[in-house]
Amino acid sequence: MTSETIRWTRKDLLGIAELSPAEIGLLLDTAESFSEIGERPIKKVPTLRGKTVINLFFEASTRTRSSFEIAEKRLSADNINFSTSGSALEKGESLIDTALNLQAMAPDLVVIRHGSPGVPHMLARRLQAGVINAGDGAHEHPTQALLDAFTIRRHKGRLAGLRVAILGDIEHSRVVRSNIHLLTKMGATVVVGGARTLMPTAVEKLGVEVAYSLEDALRGADVVMMLRIQLERQGKMSFPSAKEYFRLFGLTRERLKLAQDDAIVMHPGPMNRGVEIASDVADGSRSVILEQVTHGVSVRMAVLYLLSGVTASEES
Amino acid sequence: MASLLIHGGRIVDPSQGLDGPADLLIEDGAVARIDGKIAKPKGVETLDATGLVVTPGLIDIHVHLREPGQEYKETVATGTRAAAAGGFTAVACMANTVPVHDNRAITELILLEAERAGFARVYPIGAISKGMQGQELAEIGEMVAAGAVAVSDDGLPVMNAELMRRALLYTQHYGIPVIQHAEDLTLTGKGVMHEGEWSTRLGLIGIPGSAEDVMVARDLILTEDTQGRYHVAHLSTARSLDLVRLGRSRGLRVTCEVAPHHLILTDEEVAKTGFSTHCKMKPPLRSSRDREALIQGLVDGTVDCIASDHAPHHADEKDVEFDKAPFGILGLETTLSLCLDRFVHAGLLTLPRLVELLSTGPARVLGLPGGTLQVGSPADVSIFDLDGEVTIVAADFRSKSRNTPFDGWTLRGRPVATVLGGRKVSPLP
Repeated sequence: MTSETIRWTRKDLLGIAELSPAEIGLLLDTAESFSEIGERPIKKVPTLRGKTVINLFFEASTRTRSSFEIAEKRLSADNINFSTSGSALEKGESLIDTALNLQAMAPDLVVIRHGSPGVPHMLARRLQAGVINAGDGAHEHPTQALLDAFTIRRHKGRLAGLRVAILGDIEHSRVVRSNIHLLTKMGATVVVGGARTLMPTAVEKLGVEVAYSLEDALRGADVVMMLRIQLERQGKMSFPSAKEYFRLFGLTRERLKLAQDDAIVMHPGPMNRGVEIASDVADGSRSVILEQVTHGVSVRMAVLYLLSGVTASEES
Repeated sequence: MASLLIHGGRIVDPSQGLDGPADLLIEDGAVARIDGKIAKPKGVETLDATGLVVTPGLIDIHVHLREPGQEYKETVATGTRAAAAGGFTAVACMANTVPVHDNRAITELILLEAERAGFARVYPIGAISKGMQGQELAEIGEMVAAGAVAVSDDGLPVMNAELMRRALLYTQHYGIPVIQHAEDLTLTGKGVMHEGEWSTRLGLIGIPGSAEDVMVARDLILTEDTQGRYHVAHLSTARSLDLVRLGRSRGLRVTCEVAPHHLILTDEEVAKTGFSTHCKMKPPLRSSRDREALIQGLVDGTVDCIASDHAPHHADEKDVEFDKAPFGILGLETTLSLCLDRFVHAGLLTLPRLVELLSTGPARVLGLPGGTLQVGSPADVSIFDLDGEVTIVAADFRSKSRNTPFDGWTLRGRPVATVLGGRKVSPLP
């Protein structure tokens, strides 16, 4: 891999769109070297001792936030969590003022999740701390794409040449955007599939194939990635009911037969069983959904490590 | 009254087909004479325009002066000062003040403040509907009697088709146009930028071009049935422009304006600037295909005028999440330089055509007295340096606000002096 030859130089991880294949390779290889720590009886290394990480979550999150927290703790960073409820933001403080106040406490890294696209970019311009985008609206979710790629690599040994079908609510998904950037940069073919009412305008310009039936999307796929359907949007003109959605676009065992025999099934969670994915597929032998969660910790350790500016020579 | 001899310049006045070196004599606030060489009458001040272009005062028929109610963003005084600095001698200001300009007391207030400030002529545009609520007609006749020159609910569209139909009928008693902010709000939804490849890449909610087009189409049908006088504000899409062409071919009295930012920037700018809220306005920056069509519209005459949609917002209001930021950018102090650089120097428009789009054209749209240097007309004159380089510095604006995407741009062509009724209003001594 090329990772031996390049060094990480970015202060922030805002998205996959701006990364080079070599940088993506470095992140994935670094995650590989951290994954073993999670298998030890004592799951802690001193790598980020004395570093302060603030987790700034403006949107509810269980999986991503816990994953970052665990990754931070396994690296011995001091971390604090900041969420919107009960915060100054509820008292009318602007986002910038909140951020500048946090900056005044001199954190090394800020992990941010926010419902509005571009907020991590806005903070990155103002903060000395490195900023990690943990999801900004429907824009990007880079660590999710990295953990997905990590999981695919573990099973397929490569990314280049694979056919990856991503199915579901393409329009509102940050996961799909980061995955499209990552997978196409690494040489995979991406086909996005789903209801016409959930497909964003001009999505083919992102370098993907577009399918409007689940069957067309699944045919020949090496990887099947399901996206969460946001039930709260149901009835708001995208599709009439969950039942009707499942009839057209739900992943069943029967439909999965169209994919390659050794295709793996992924889902970033949280899942709606019986809406976008049948339970027997989610829990079946092809599913790697829980592995994704495990690898998420390794990937986030790699990101925290590289962004913290700690080089191997500084490590004791 | 003011008298002034402007000598040595190149006079460009499309209203009379003038383009050449000439002197301009102003007496008692009105144009007295234009001639190859005019001897300086005794006691008359002079303005040396050697190497400069002299045109009818520029007119911006779409600005927001924010007074009354939002004086922290702009006032009539600061907005007209910005106009003068930008080469404009007249502006027409929109009705979305706080409270809404839907009654003659506010028309009178705006005109009083404009007279006090004395930097530019101000032509108030009244609201179409009471409180801009889109429910019932405002007291249009009262506002016209006080000096309003048109009506518009700009900032908001008139969604109710029946109200629009009635506005197109009723305004004919006063001979004024109905100016529509053409946007179907059900198609806009929570959109914050143009719907297209870039909204998809950035994950921002899109405003489709069709949100504008269906409204223009609807209004043209109503204009045909009512034989009303209709003007499209800040037209931004290729298809709306085609609809205007179609309306004209059917004999309708329809005009349209285009804003400089829609002619110069595209939706990609939101990505290039890393989600800058100075790229957030309504209508949004459109696709490059739309932009090219709009420029074609300037060239072929479909577009009647350029209007800036000068929309001041306080820095604190813009320095927020992209989704939360208010729509709108400044225009008065950047329009002339942008147009000279991007259209004239780029070879897309002749200088007389640009001057027409910025003076004679807008005067014709609203039936205003300016836009000409004909003998006897008010001596409103814009003087600019066609070739002089200028770097836009928002911090130096006369406007109270700073919200421009053009901060730091270096452009060829800059306003030098502005004369209002024979009196120099910019630069001030």
